[in-house]
Amino acid sequence: MLKDITIGQHYPTGSAIHKMDPRIKIIITFLYIISLFVVNNFIGYIYVVAFLLAAILISKVPLSYILKGLKPLMILIGITFMINIFMTAGEVIFRLGPFTITEEGLYQAFFMALRLVFLVMGTSLLTLTTSPIALTDGIEHILNPFKRIGVPAHELAMMMTIALRFIPTLLEETDKIMKAQIARGADFESGNLISRAKGLVPLLVPLFISSFRRADELAMAMEARCYRGGENRTRMKELKTHGKDYFALSIGTLLVAVLIVNRIWL
Amino acid sequence: MEKMIKVQGVTFLYESNDQGDLVKALKDINIDVKKGEFVTIIGHNGSGKSTLAKHINALLKPSEGDVWVKGMNTKDDEETWNIRQTAGMVFQNPDNQIVATIVEEDVAFGPENLGVPSAEIRVRVEEALKTVGMLEFREKGPHLLSGGQKQRIAIAGVIAMKPDCIVLDEPTAMLDPSGRKDVIDTIQKLNREENITVVNITHFMEEAVVSDRVIVMEDGDIVLEGTPREVFSQVGKLKTLGLDVPQVTDLAFELRKEGIELPEDILTVDEMVMQLCQLK
Amino acid sequence: MSIKIENLTYIYNPKSPFETKALDGINLEINDGEFIGLIGHTGSGKSTLIQHLNGLIKPTSGKITVGDLVITGEKVKLADLRKKVGLVFQYPEHQLFEETVYKDIAFGPKNLNLSESEIDERVRESMELVKLDFDTLKDRSPFELSGGQRRRVAIAGVLAMKPDILILDEPTAGLDPRGRDEILDQIKFLHQKYENTVILVSHSMEDIAKLVDRIIVMHGGKIELHGVPREVFKQSKRLESIGLGIPQITYLMEKLKKVDTNIAEEVLTVDEAKIEILRWIRSNKDA
Repeated sequence: MLKDITIGQHYPTGSAIHKMDPRIKIIITFLYIISLFVVNNFIGYIYVVAFLLAAILISKVPLSYILKGLKPLMILIGITFMINIFMTAGEVIFRLGPFTITEEGLYQAFFMALRLVFLVMGTSLLTLTTSPIALTDGIEHILNPFKRIGVPAHELAMMMTIALRFIPTLLEETDKIMKAQIARGADFESGNLISRAKGLVPLLVPLFISSFRRADELAMAMEARCYRGGENRTRMKELKTHGKDYFALSIGTLLVAVLIVNRIWL
Repeated sequence: MEKMIKVQGVTFLYESNDQGDLVKALKDINIDVKKGEFVTIIGHNGSGKSTLAKHINALLKPSEGDVWVKGMNTKDDEETWNIRQTAGMVFQNPDNQIVATIVEEDVAFGPENLGVPSAEIRVRVEEALKTVGMLEFREKGPHLLSGGQKQRIAIAGVIAMKPDCIVLDEPTAMLDPSGRKDVIDTIQKLNREENITVVNITHFMEEAVVSDRVIVMEDGDIVLEGTPREVFSQVGKLKTLGLDVPQVTDLAFELRKEGIELPEDILTVDEMVMQLCQLK
Repeated sequence: MSIKIENLTYIYNPKSPFETKALDGINLEINDGEFIGLIGHTGSGKSTLIQHLNGLIKPTSGKITVGDLVITGEKVKLADLRKKVGLVFQYPEHQLFEETVYKDIAFGPKNLNLSESEIDERVRESMELVKLDFDTLKDRSPFELSGGQRRRVAIAGVLAMKPDILILDEPTAGLDPRGRDEILDQIKFLHQKYENTVILVSHSMEDIAKLVDRIIVMHGGKIELHGVPREVFKQSKRLESIGLGIPQITYLMEKLKKVDTNIAEEVLTVDEAKIEILRWIRSNKDA
């Protein structure tokens, strides 16, 4: 099931959306999320769906792949659905013992679930069409203006990049350490929650220690390559916005505007 | 400017434990490295060779004495970044040097830190990757590479900064034989074709054999120095120090003990074959 | 304890775009008490093979018998298997985690549910085997020790489980010549004392040449060559074609043989070369 998690994965297709400026994509995703909270009726949802499906189509990422990413969240969506269906007050349409289902509850549950589904799909699309570096760059640029109020934009971006870079390496190391301890008779599978937590010590201690050592060595290597923070640093890949980006941005803004109007007037 | 690197009377002390006991990792070391030279420093773990390497690019400062790189003193904090650009360094662990999620981004890291304009960084990255033979991997994730390939990326990352000299601190210690060969071939190419001064720290004598000069360290001192032939012919001394010599050199030593007349400085199989045939 | 491997195949990531055949129809028999050297470069399948022997990996197809136990069978208790087969990974010092050397070495025996007194005996014994002084070091934190010492603590941790079969994956990786010689001497001593089956994985021809009874050469998931060292090293061209070499000294003797066929080329060490060359020189003088 770990393989089915699509949030955070990158799915390169070279589409127009992939090539967009990451800053604009992040802002549009933001606008999209806002629109999900603004929408409150059926017609509104049609606009949202149209926007989402259009984006998915242009991105050339298979719809089935994005839907696959919903699998791990089915439980959450199911729980939300249940809570809303049974807990909402209103006109009762069905009764089963202590449980009542109201018409309002039905609508609430349905739209809540739909909102969650679209939220996950939309944010997945962001990470599927934007490489981790581009995302980090985008976030760094967006946070830059906030440096004046003390937001360490460059340092945050650097941390994210290094974390992303080391994820596969650390996973490999975890695997190695686990195998070495299993070879000495360690058991990571059986027992209750407490004994299993204790059993993780032979895995976590070596992992932590090696991570500290890594950090030390990496810091030295970075200094040896003249790293001294974000001041006066240039970038090989500079972000450039094009006409297309602004066009997409305007569509995103239009979506929110339409939905606000829709909510007020209907 | 004659000397690329000048180590003069360097002593280095550090605290080895909580009681404040001081250990002399380097004892009054004097070394000169000329521009374009390929110097190897060998010695076993604890001999001080890594400590010495870190003095060259100001990661460590001497307790006594001075280190000059292209005329700049490492004690001068204003010059630190210039020194590090002049003397690049490659470390032992291939993974713990790579910062970015794709190869070309990592090679760009150094030039980015130097404030090199964007377009020029691209050019440098491409050249550097070509030089180390890794251009086709430019968009790959570093975790997919072998140890030897990762080290070549690390080297590319350093040469993209256009240094005059590269210091390598046991770059092949964690690699398999084919990785080791790739790295040492790359280092030799950089020295011969780009005229980059090389200081290679290692305990593999097959790497020492291809350099211009070998310096042997033991317990913070320099105990032997000279061309590879001069150093490796001292088989007895090297063995006492716990270091390897090429098997043929060892064999020549043993045969001489038995009265067979062979020159002291045989380093390769072909030389040995020739010498043995001449005995007949 | 013997090992029998029949038609072992292992495929990574089956049915995915990353599918790779790491092991391809391996057939191998290792006799009780043999000292085997397993050579091959990265990607040859040697690490995958050894991880099958203590049950860390299950084969895609094939049969493995360790001693009397068919470990690829249905209801095999892997815990029991791991009592018999001890595996020391590369850079084993990275697995140390306990507060003291004693506790870390005792981890294995503890997992075997041995009594306190037996655990104590085993820790003492294994520390002595790796030449670490029990009294000075038992209460020290393993993280205070030098790299070479930490490696020996890790190896002691596996030895303390008293495995009938000991597998070591490149135990000399990252060590300097002196450290390497010490560890190899200790392994040799162990093998002679306990007469257990030992499998040593390495890339260094020189190291393996003087230690092992038999060499197995792997390439592309298959066994390329196997036999006693002298026989294997005769195949220098074949070894070179798969990216492996032979000890420099063996290469020398091969070249000399081309000059004068009166020379024996099956030489593995400098000492043997010396003796053979002296014999050759003196026989030429007499001629």
